[in-house]
Amino acid sequence: MSNIKKFLYLNRKAPYGSIYALESLEVVLIGAAFDQQVSLAFIDDGVFQLAKGQDTKSLGVKNFSPTFRALGDYGVTKLYVEQESLSERGLTAADLMPITYEDENDGFAEKPSINVVSRSELAGIMREQDVILSF
Amino acid sequence: MAYVINGTEVEHDEEGYLTDINQWNPELALEIAKGQQLEMNDERWEVVNFLRNYYDEYQVAPAIRVLTKALAKTMGPEKSSNKYLYELFPYGPAKQACMIAGLPKPTGCV
Repeated sequence: MSNIKKFLYLNRKAPYGSIYALESLEVVLIGAAFDQQVSLAFIDDGVFQLAKGQDTKSLGVKNFSPTFRALGDYGVTKLYVEQESLSERGLTAADLMPITYEDENDGFAEKPSINVVSRSELAGIMREQDVILSF
Repeated sequence: MAYVINGTEVEHDEEGYLTDINQWNPELALEIAKGQQLEMNDERWEVVNFLRNYYDEYQVAPAIRVLTKALAKTMGPEKSSNKYLYELFPYGPAKQACMIAGLPKPTGCV
């Protein structure tokens, strides 16, 4: 009997201005310690959480975007980004931070964690989940 | 609550973690360690410096499982086992070493 469930954290808000994005990331880090199958999805303004070159100096809050790059160490290797949300905001995959993980089953080869998927593909991914947490 | 270093007060929370991580310096680390009944040696410094570098790069203090995995990669298996780390930091490597490193309590430290 396996107690491993598939968790998807759905991030839909801009990184700063509210606490949602940071709280989501903290819950992901805590949840990953329990050996569940965890993935993240970014839709709507949530795609800005992965934007390259974030600088929060003038906001006076911590820039937590580098923490996304630690997710691989926590066994979180799938970050889905919705193509439509990117396009609606004039963004492309090239505007996102490079995030990689080391595949233990493939000689620790570095592989990209970010997967840009269409709205309908993401709907399919969401149907496969046991638990979806929306932030 | 505060540590006192050369007459300067450095504020900490009720558990002993620094309020402002930018106030950390190696002398302060010695003082925090003393409060934990630990004497800093090369092995402890190795872990503390590793944590500081990790935080610098990822803006997060790693959970113990992540710490052991990352240490294994850079320091080898004999310097990354749970046993080795708990001998250095008996009240929990992630908790105690992070405190000495001036970092916040690790996220997911349950």
